[in-house]
Amino acid sequence: MSTTINRQAHRLVGALERGLGGRKGPSSGALRAAITVNRPRREVYRFWHDLENLPRFMTHLESVDTMPGGYSRWKARGPANRIIEWDAEIVQDREDELISWRSLEGAAVRNRGSVSFSGAPGGRGTEVRVEMEYRTPGGRVGLVVARLFGEHPAQQVRDDLRRFKQVMETGEVARSEGSPEGTRALRRLFQHTAQPVR
Amino acid sequence: MKANCWAGRNKVEVREVPDPRILNPRDAIVRVTSTAICGSDLHLYDGYIPTMKKGDVLGHEFMGEVVEVGPRVANLRPGDRVVVPFPIACGACVACQNGMYSLCENSNPNAGLAEKLMGHSPAGIFGYSHMLGGYPGGQAQYVRVPFADVGPIKIEDDLPDEKVLFLSDILPTGWMGAEMCDIKPGDVIAVWGAGPVGQFAAAAAVLLGAERVISIDRFPYRLEIAARAGAQTLNYEEVDVLDALRDITAGRGPDACIDAVGMEAHYPVPAVHAYDRAKQAARLETDRPHALREAIMACRNGGIVSVVGVYGGFVDKFPMGSLMNRSLTMKTGQCHVQRYMKPLLDRIRNGDIDPGFVITHRLSLDDAPRGFEMFKNKEHYCNKIVLRPW
Repeated sequence: MSTTINRQAHRLVGALERGLGGRKGPSSGALRAAITVNRPRREVYRFWHDLENLPRFMTHLESVDTMPGGYSRWKARGPANRIIEWDAEIVQDREDELISWRSLEGAAVRNRGSVSFSGAPGGRGTEVRVEMEYRTPGGRVGLVVARLFGEHPAQQVRDDLRRFKQVMETGEVARSEGSPEGTRALRRLFQHTAQPVR
Repeated sequence: MKANCWAGRNKVEVREVPDPRILNPRDAIVRVTSTAICGSDLHLYDGYIPTMKKGDVLGHEFMGEVVEVGPRVANLRPGDRVVVPFPIACGACVACQNGMYSLCENSNPNAGLAEKLMGHSPAGIFGYSHMLGGYPGGQAQYVRVPFADVGPIKIEDDLPDEKVLFLSDILPTGWMGAEMCDIKPGDVIAVWGAGPVGQFAAAAAVLLGAERVISIDRFPYRLEIAARAGAQTLNYEEVDVLDALRDITAGRGPDACIDAVGMEAHYPVPAVHAYDRAKQAARLETDRPHALREAIMACRNGGIVSVVGVYGGFVDKFPMGSLMNRSLTMKTGQCHVQRYMKPLLDRIRNGDIDPGFVITHRLSLDDAPRGFEMFKNKEHYCNKIVLRPW
């Protein structure tokens, strides 16, 4: 029933706001998420390694442009179509195994993390594990950033991984009329009616 | 287009909604020629499945003509006649590759919601709540079918809709219920529920070689249909089911028991029924599991309990001691329809089974609200309603 969705929505939104806490002071956090992808490890690593593929399954990203020397420029779209940009660099890159990165000085969201790839037992493809630490600033910038990453960060990374799996296994992000953008925490709470979209 | 929409508890409305359009490269649009109301639609109608939204298009049993395909659907073209399976499945994940299509890992965009209630998410299903995807259903003039290169089966001969429509759900669901019983020569199979799924489960158990099949219900007209499918019948308002089954099997109990009832069972002892009905009404228990409890108690030592009736959440007073101490095996699942469509279509073609025997009513899609009322209240000997959207 829609009331159930709404109740869940209010609870979760409350949790998001408490969890983010970016409205006043700076906040930080660490998170982990993992998923199993039914594709060979090499293929999974290579797709991720081309950072320009990331916006295909990280829906908050507008684009990632790679530059020589392991540097990259990330663009995300925030509230009121405001673009937020930051630069990052690859710290470690072990073929078919691990990619780690950190944001460069001046990033609105300071973050560092890694994604690792290992063979899933029983021939079930590849286990993908993401670990991240992030620190959001306080003040007005913090507010914008908090809205940008407005979905519960851990939930957002899990959703990113689910879409990553969909893209790797099926070639597309699963979309229903209730969730036309595909898996996304906020849309899960505020579903469109399951009617064709105009 | 016209579509039958959920409008709150005990209310559906045929409304004008936008035509569906292709959203993904593996989608197809199907113009629906026949669709049906399923017993599990009544769980939505009665308001027991969470995460429904007013306006959601219902229906997960449908067939029709392909009118448009996305660029990655190579096996279908406009004009093809298809039956569409109710679970949406990608064909590429480990579950699909193992034939467990109703557990597709990629077809539910709202998997996170389902995980909250069930731990892990099953596949998305047409017209069956937002927790299971938020996909519009097939009680409509058109439907968008995701992963259309995997699910729909083409009907290339002139078999009429009514012979093949039920490949979408209830025929394979009943069949899987019987198949999970692992039937051996001499086996006695008892089936709780003589609705269309129970009737097909009984027919399947006969075809799979059961010595004896016993259908249990309280509506004589439904038991008669099960009898035509080859079952012996028990009316639980007239006999004590456990006694009767003990008698029929000389004390052993049925070798396997099929629950084709699910979460809104009735029970002839008013106090027990009132207990579960009250807890369900207060949402302290989501499901009323009388049939399942009785199926467990009835089953012979070491036997199989096969559950194809739909449950939504939690049950109370579950006879775990009986299940454990007597080495019973419980097998369950939403039907992996894609696995059964081809072999069952072959059985329809060669005359083993004509699924049309369950149909009692043919209505226009416009009459869906009347159909739901009639089906829910078992009026006019209603057993199965086929809707025509055009």
